[in-house]
Amino acid sequence: MGSGTVKDAALAGVVAAILALPLAGFQSVDLGTAGLGIETRFSYVAIGAGAVFFGRLALAFLRGLHVNVPSVALPRFQGGRLLGGVLVAAAVALPFVPFASRDVIYLGTTILIYVMLGWGLNVVVGLAGLLDLGYVAFYAVGAYSFALLAGWLGLGFWEALPFSGLLAGTFGIVLGFPVLRLRGDYLAIVTLGFGEMVRIVLLNWTNVTGGPNGIAGVPAPTFFGLPFTPRAPHDGMTFHGFFGIAFDAQQKMIFLYFVILALALATNFLTLRLRRLPIGRAWEALREDEIACRALGIDPTKVKLSAFAIGATLGGFAGAFFATRQGFISPESFTFQESATILAIVVLGGMGSQTGVVLAAIVLVSLPELGRVFAEFRMLIFGAAMVLIMVWRPQGLLAWREPSIRLAAAEAR
Amino acid sequence: MAYFLQQLVNGVTLGAVYGLIAIGYTMVYGIIGMINFAHGEIYMIGAFISFLTFLLLGALGVSYVPVALLLVLMSTMAFTSVYGWAVERIAYRPLRGSTRLAPLISAIGMSIFLQNYVQLLQGARVKSLPPVIEGGFILMRQGGFTVQVTWLQLAIFVLTLVLMVLFTYVVAATPLGRAQRACEQDRIMAALLGVDVDRTISLTFVIGAALAAVAGLMVTLYYGVIDFFIGFLAGVKAFTAAVLGGIGSLPGAMLGGLLIGLIEAFWSGYFSTDYKDVSVFGVLVLVLIFRPSGLLGRPEVEKV
Repeated sequence: MGSGTVKDAALAGVVAAILALPLAGFQSVDLGTAGLGIETRFSYVAIGAGAVFFGRLALAFLRGLHVNVPSVALPRFQGGRLLGGVLVAAAVALPFVPFASRDVIYLGTTILIYVMLGWGLNVVVGLAGLLDLGYVAFYAVGAYSFALLAGWLGLGFWEALPFSGLLAGTFGIVLGFPVLRLRGDYLAIVTLGFGEMVRIVLLNWTNVTGGPNGIAGVPAPTFFGLPFTPRAPHDGMTFHGFFGIAFDAQQKMIFLYFVILALALATNFLTLRLRRLPIGRAWEALREDEIACRALGIDPTKVKLSAFAIGATLGGFAGAFFATRQGFISPESFTFQESATILAIVVLGGMGSQTGVVLAAIVLVSLPELGRVFAEFRMLIFGAAMVLIMVWRPQGLLAWREPSIRLAAAEAR
Repeated sequence: MAYFLQQLVNGVTLGAVYGLIAIGYTMVYGIIGMINFAHGEIYMIGAFISFLTFLLLGALGVSYVPVALLLVLMSTMAFTSVYGWAVERIAYRPLRGSTRLAPLISAIGMSIFLQNYVQLLQGARVKSLPPVIEGGFILMRQGGFTVQVTWLQLAIFVLTLVLMVLFTYVVAATPLGRAQRACEQDRIMAALLGVDVDRTISLTFVIGAALAAVAGLMVTLYYGVIDFFIGFLAGVKAFTAAVLGGIGSLPGAMLGGLLIGLIEAFWSGYFSTDYKDVSVFGVLVLVLIFRPSGLLGRPEVEKV
């Protein structure tokens, strides 16, 4: 470690101090009637600068050891199928293990919603390489369309589910059609704007969406027509009555858990199948080189549109489930923060990797449960992690980006 | 008529702010061909730094307004530029020449990071600053309705105009501007001819951040309230301005900013304030469908 390293680290420390000085070094305080005052917190600046200085030194030291930290080549992960099987088995068994309290099942359901959203977005971002920053819009369309169909036409969850997906998919096509002809960056910002637009419309179209108050009383799903209520509505049976068991509120939660598990697994199955179809291969080819694809006679707009529409449909399904689980929806649940979280799940898990999305969803959703500090710092960590991963391991923490299909000759090599 | 004129004044003020931010988008796009999603957050950081500097000056007892304003302007531009530089150095430079998607995702990550960084350090509550410049002059009176231009609005026009002239001069007639234009046309060729490409790109981010910082300062003074989330909407709107004017074109960014400001002011003046943000997004989508190269831009052909 030469003096150059120390100088470099010192420089980084100085820059960090300059960056931290205005925003960390000072804070406004409310003085009541006297207005606003200001407080100094120079210790924060010192800590920040020191951390950067020593971090930089440590990094240089590790590099000097020739370990070459960032580009350590993980062995190609062979147990994907096995790990997937284990995860599915664990997911199925979860509600029946002894420690599965209400909270655990609730958390499991939330994780599975994000897994499904992650898989849906993975089709768009991971396979087709289209950056969608307004994915939450389709989630919202799905949720609201179910809530409204239930309110107006009295449709149940299972009847409304296809419509929710269809409607979200239609939204995807209508939105995607004009912008998918353009460069990827435009798509990103238009979807960002679209997500915000949907939220603003939901917030202000009070006589349909209920505005900021949202829609309450969204019906829960039934088990082949058998509701999970203590008493049967009028002429029908209830779930516990039909099976002759005692009523327990947990039955509904477990049922919801299995519904989303089934939806998520169906999504996974669909995606894995699609990847083997010509359309799926076209997605991946387009992600790698659009110009080459055009030269080979693939219509980029159509191919992108199909990915976009399928992603949107899956988001719509997840939205309908979200509405039925919460029983109440409002624009609060569909902010940009949500889109960012889903995108973070896809990026951290490794774009295009199904297992990676599951693991990332588990980590990201359960992180806030570990304590208040984690909840507060969650988005800060996500943001930093997204940058670091792009810089060091663009293929994601777990996954390696590889085409689903390769030529036989290349395989044999 | 009077009402129309008042909306015009308000719209031009907003337009000045959007135009200043839009320059940052358009310059970066021109030179490295990516959308700097974190640019809206740079503007937000500018607003916070100006807010904190005002408080600091207040606490130190600097009460003569012109001196205070000048100090705030300088400190805001200086510190925010460092943020602009750091963002490029950390999140974009290592990704030059990687896949199409990587810098975009990195930019989104940076944007999320900066938002939460400011929220954690400065709190999530809305910050309000008492008005620094008060008063104005009356432009015209008509049937009980007065059209007023505040001194602050006037200051915003003048400052924006000065900055734009200065900036146009920098791009058109200085070695830095020449280097920027060279990098914009062909980065490899520019490097071969002895232009320090890394340095030029860094300086582009610094200039963009400094202009966004001024926009942040203006908004802090104009609205008097800021929070950690203002960068999101302002960023999307300024980006719309850049696209409307033709991304990559500097006069386009200024024109686009002005138009977006006017659209927003007239929409909220004549239709509804609830949907004013939707109107701007609507413009973005319409422009992208019918004229993706914008008003002053050149159509772009993607080559191998």
